Amino acid sequence: MAKWLAQVQLFAALREAIGVATLELELPDGCTVAHLRQELLRRWPQVHSLLQRCAIAVNQHYAAEHQLLSPGDEIALIPPVSGG
Amino acid sequence: MIQITREMIDYTALTEAVRDTHHGAVVLFLGTVRDLTGDQRTLRLEYEAYQEMAERELQAIAAQVRQRWPGAKLAIVHRLGTLEAGEVSVAVAVSTPHRAEAFAACRYVIDAVKASVPIWKREIGPDGRGEWVHPIAPAVSASTGPRPTRE
Repeated sequence: MAKWLAQVQLFAALREAIGVATLELELPDGCTVAHLRQELLRRWPQVHSLLQRCAIAVNQHYAAEHQLLSPGDEIALIPPVSGG
Repeated sequence: MIQITREMIDYTALTEAVRDTHHGAVVLFLGTVRDLTGDQRTLRLEYEAYQEMAERELQAIAAQVRQRWPGAKLAIVHRLGTLEAGEVSVAVAVSTPHRAEAFAACRYVIDAVKASVPIWKREIGPDGRGEWVHPIAPAVSASTGPRPTRE
């Protein structure tokens, strides 16, 4: 199955815990938001609980778990927000 | 005026921006940096955002206000960067013909901002150590409704 390289933006505690603002992740074609989350959980078990609480944004919109990801998508992990 | 800024928020100008001779009510909400949470002291807060998406979410909230309270005038500004105790981190100004709608719309906006806009704060205590604030309550998106749950 063909693979592509996704860039995933990180913020706040997640950015600090993983140590980079953007990480690169190889994803298979037909990958969903849920698959991406599983892959992140597998690679960074030390931030398991925060990763589970993150929303995932695709092209600057909150995405559902079944949404498909495509090369070129702007992907970001959104830890629970605390503006205000 | 819908804005994310690193400058001090001029809430007087923001209030003036929504004033209207047809509107008899103006409500201004200011969120300010509180120095005490329980017995925890906070010296300052550091705010960061996923800025492009945060601006988009603020616009989505404004669109909802236009739909629910047609004719209401609205301004929202959220600040980023380092803020000392007492400084204004967010300001929401709303005007409508009568006060009930102005209070309701203003309350709606600040609740929506806190629930869905991708902005985060880190609390810096007296020991200089910082702690990111990531509430347990799920985020609710203004543009797509309740955040989709996993599984």
